[in-house]
Amino acid sequence: MDAHELLDPFERLLGDISPPARVREIEAGASPKALWEPLAESGFLDALTPESAGGAGLSLAQAAPLLQALGRHAVPVPAAETMVARALLGEAGVEAPEGPIVLATCTGPAAAPTPLALTASHALVQRGERLVLASLADETIQATGARDGLAGVVALAADAAGPTLPAPEAGLRAVAAVVRAAAIAGAADRLLEMSVSYANARTQFGKPIGRQQAIQQQLAVMAEQVVAARIAAQIGCAGGLGTSVGAAAVAKHSASLAAVQIARIAHAVHGAIGVSEEYDLQLYTRRLYDWRLADGSEAYWAEVLGARRLAAADRGSVDFLREHTAP
Amino acid sequence: MRCCGRTEWPRRNPARGRKVRGARLFDTLTLSPLPPADEALRGPVRALIAERIADLPTDRRARSWLGFDAGFSRSLGQAGYLGLTLPKRYGGAERGPFARFVVVEELLSAGAPVAAHWIADRQSAPLILNYGTEAQRQFYLPRICRGDAFFCIGMSEPGSGSDLASVRTAAERTDRGWRLNGQKIWTTNAMHSDYMIALVRTSGGPADRHAGLSQLIVDLRAPGVTVRPIVDLTGDAHFAEVFFDNVELAPDALIGSEGEGWKQVTAELAFERSGPERIYSSVVLIDAWVRHLAAGGRSDPTSTRLAGALTARLATLRAMSIAVTARLAAGESPVIEASLVKDLGTSFEQEAPGLIGDDLAAHPDEPLDPDLYRTLLYVSQIAPSFSLRGGTREILRGIIARGLGLR
Repeated sequence: MDAHELLDPFERLLGDISPPARVREIEAGASPKALWEPLAESGFLDALTPESAGGAGLSLAQAAPLLQALGRHAVPVPAAETMVARALLGEAGVEAPEGPIVLATCTGPAAAPTPLALTASHALVQRGERLVLASLADETIQATGARDGLAGVVALAADAAGPTLPAPEAGLRAVAAVVRAAAIAGAADRLLEMSVSYANARTQFGKPIGRQQAIQQQLAVMAEQVVAARIAAQIGCAGGLGTSVGAAAVAKHSASLAAVQIARIAHAVHGAIGVSEEYDLQLYTRRLYDWRLADGSEAYWAEVLGARRLAAADRGSVDFLREHTAP
Repeated sequence: MRCCGRTEWPRRNPARGRKVRGARLFDTLTLSPLPPADEALRGPVRALIAERIADLPTDRRARSWLGFDAGFSRSLGQAGYLGLTLPKRYGGAERGPFARFVVVEELLSAGAPVAAHWIADRQSAPLILNYGTEAQRQFYLPRICRGDAFFCIGMSEPGSGSDLASVRTAAERTDRGWRLNGQKIWTTNAMHSDYMIALVRTSGGPADRHAGLSQLIVDLRAPGVTVRPIVDLTGDAHFAEVFFDNVELAPDALIGSEGEGWKQVTAELAFERSGPERIYSSVVLIDAWVRHLAAGGRSDPTSTRLAGALTARLATLRAMSIAVTARLAAGESPVIEASLVKDLGTSFEQEAPGLIGDDLAAHPDEPLDPDLYRTLLYVSQIAPSFSLRGGTREILRGIIARGLGLR
């Protein structure tokens, strides 16, 4: 099955079920059911699930446009994470729960917040070489109190109970980092589109601000970062759920680096309206910050990749890239 | 170095006039694998490089595509690595842009001295193939493929940098062909070249802008041509000024159509701006620094992160450069995409020496190989040129902005 054939209906579905108004409602505490149920019924959550387990059996590379689309629509449920979790569960022959699953990649009980954890019913966590599918109850999720309220600290005990399965070779965090990179790339597309459109519409000094070289130069830099984030996400996705640490590191490092610059320029171009609640820009820039912080920032992955680079110092850069960051 | 501005639309722009659902701009740039048949060139070209320049010191390798060695270029020609994309009947290898990417990537990452054939292979040969007469193709292309004819590009003039359409060097028709007068400057490798493809005015005046410009192939040994090398801040002389004083040229000096010079020049851009030379100008320094860290057993988080950050950025840039190559292979002229990769790539190339210098100087008591120090200083000094040559950063960003639909 070709993911590009799926992209149009998926985009339409997301446009219907995850419009900005509903994103705001769910962030404000409304139940995500009205969004989750049609999404679950659509079958898209099993896009990556092996055909043997009733899924579409797409590779991560094939599904990358779908993961990006979820980012483009700032979907306030962990749909991409659930797709990955269902694929891993399906491969291991473990039955998937019906609700949303987050990938909680901290190896200990209390650590960095997981985006959208407050809307999840389950978490896939790594414990040693195994993954544990743990159901989430109020006492195992701590809200952060941050503005959108949907990220939460998944505070599962070291011996969390639940069905177990083998962890991906590069680790759950690497796979989650690739999913974040794809989400960043998707939201980045939307932000570029909004910023260009705003620059062409907003008039100051008697002409659209998009005719000012100072604005044009910033939007050009933004476009470069958007393409870099997209290609980086593709590098990560190319290796599938068995992605290498190197490819995941490149994907999340470049996407995180881009996320910061993209958010900065999107806001600079929009001026004051961009930081208002009622304007949609913030729905996407706030997501960029969440995803950049989740599953290792650019410095985290730079250190991971750097250690590998220094261990292979006798190799030139080109050989290192071909051997360690290709799928 | 040459600095040239383009203020007109490229003719073919995949991002233009196409309202993409959801407007995923530049979505033709996508991760593309290098075909195995082209990857297979890597081993042989690497062996040739190792055999020919094994003893070249690091700071010479850091010259990248400014390092001149005519003998090395000829050995590449003999081995069949020049004119890779040209038809076999002109001495080429009839392979695609991916083959060229692999060979160029190997040459640049090794710091091989490729300047002699660089312009001829990258730009002049494709231009002559596209716009030349059959006689011009037969005359120039086989020699370019052998490494026997070196070219430079005459664009910038004392009064024409980014505003390239204001060139004043002019050729007038005579009974015997053309008479050329004027001056070019910042012409890379003019003193080592056999020919210059010059953008000159053949009719009208500066007020006519893009109209009335043509491209002429100038034999640099013709009477009336004076080439004066210009020493750069590193002490090298990689560029030159070139004077034309009543230079008489045959009718077939004209390449392409009279008055179409601007359009032809614009079509060259994707070749000039898309290649791996826009991401690898500092790679010799980066690799030498990585070896230095490993040799000293240094693994502090700051240096490790820097090594990882540079590597990750290069990985993404390499994938982007291959993605542009894939558009070339598909027969497109991805001028905007190439501008985008060039701007991002040269920013990376320019930041690398600053970051590495800071890392090395953060350890003042650590032994530092003089060769690495010379390499660092050379790259630091020449780096500003990375975003000047082939179109300045500001010009490229203007092109990208128009590609986005601004203006």
